[in-house]
Amino acid sequence: MIFLDLFLAFLLIGLVAFGGGYAVLPLLERMIVLDRGWIAMERFVDMIAISQITPGPIAINGATFIGYQLISREWGVALGILGAATSTIGVVFGPALLIFVVSRFYTRFKDSPVVKAVFRVLRPALVGLIMASVASVASSAVFDVPGVLIVLLALLALWRLKWHPLLVIGACALLGLVVYM
Amino acid sequence: MPISLGRLFLIFLKVGAFTFGGGYAMIPVFERELVKRFKLIAPEDFYDTLVVCQSLPGPIAVNFAVFTGLRLRGKRGALISLLGVVLPSFIFILLISVFLFRYIDVPIVEAMFKGIRLSVVALIFFAGAKLFMSHRSLEGLCIAVMAFALVFTFSLHPVWVVLMAGAYGILSRRAKGGEAP
Repeated sequence: MIFLDLFLAFLLIGLVAFGGGYAVLPLLERMIVLDRGWIAMERFVDMIAISQITPGPIAINGATFIGYQLISREWGVALGILGAATSTIGVVFGPALLIFVVSRFYTRFKDSPVVKAVFRVLRPALVGLIMASVASVASSAVFDVPGVLIVLLALLALWRLKWHPLLVIGACALLGLVVYM
Repeated sequence: MPISLGRLFLIFLKVGAFTFGGGYAMIPVFERELVKRFKLIAPEDFYDTLVVCQSLPGPIAVNFAVFTGLRLRGKRGALISLLGVVLPSFIFILLISVFLFRYIDVPIVEAMFKGIRLSVVALIFFAGAKLFMSHRSLEGLCIAVMAFALVFTFSLHPVWVVLMAGAYGILSRRAKGGEAP
């Protein structure tokens, strides 16, 4: 049954994850961490970090990570891999099916004023959702003054110095080593 | 002469394996490989496909792979391209989960991850801010603040915010008499 739950949860996540990239995080946090308690908030934040240092879309990385963590905890590595496959197939299933449907009337879809109207409101709403993720990740990751300083330094590096995210993550890992060891 | 399924698989596998920083980072690499190098897609088709892929739910790289595979080699092409783009991140995450993640409680690794979690706060905030700045407006700011408050303060499920934003977009277009965008 847990495999079916896993598949259905990620099927729904895939079908409502508009906007790509980080916009999937509030959905994952709500459905996987808060409602189902399948992984702890701290592991969820680790998952985001690992997604940034491995290739691939964050939704795929997240599905694989969560599917494996949930199943392998009780049933070991082999079934854990099956769990990872279940959630990963679940998250790509809906979008892939939609592409099949939309590709038939693709020219009408791409210039559709309805799609444009939806995204005029959906885009800023997704900004709000992403910022909600920032707030909950921050409340589980920032405990002290050095923490706040490291976040500000990382923002400065991304914004003003235009550092690559991998470089920012590496620098923060080193700062973590210096501050928290 | 249509592209072989094997070559299609390898193109998507390569992009999936070597692009760090999420699905959006893959777009320029797709363009280089599919438009410039192998000339499989005309440039204007590439951007049209991208618009459609961004308007549908799901990871953009996944949508793009399915769409392109379908167009170039039909259903089998879509499946092969999907596999190619998903497999690298699936395997990387599994390897990390199985072999590396058990060391998370070692003090050195834990201190590094404390730093890395802080960089995640900055990375997500930066992504949200960039999305906002790309289409900034007062209305957008109000929508973003409302979406944030609904999800973070009032614990509304993000799915409702996505649905409400879409509905509001359609309704506000109707109210304006369906003007051309």
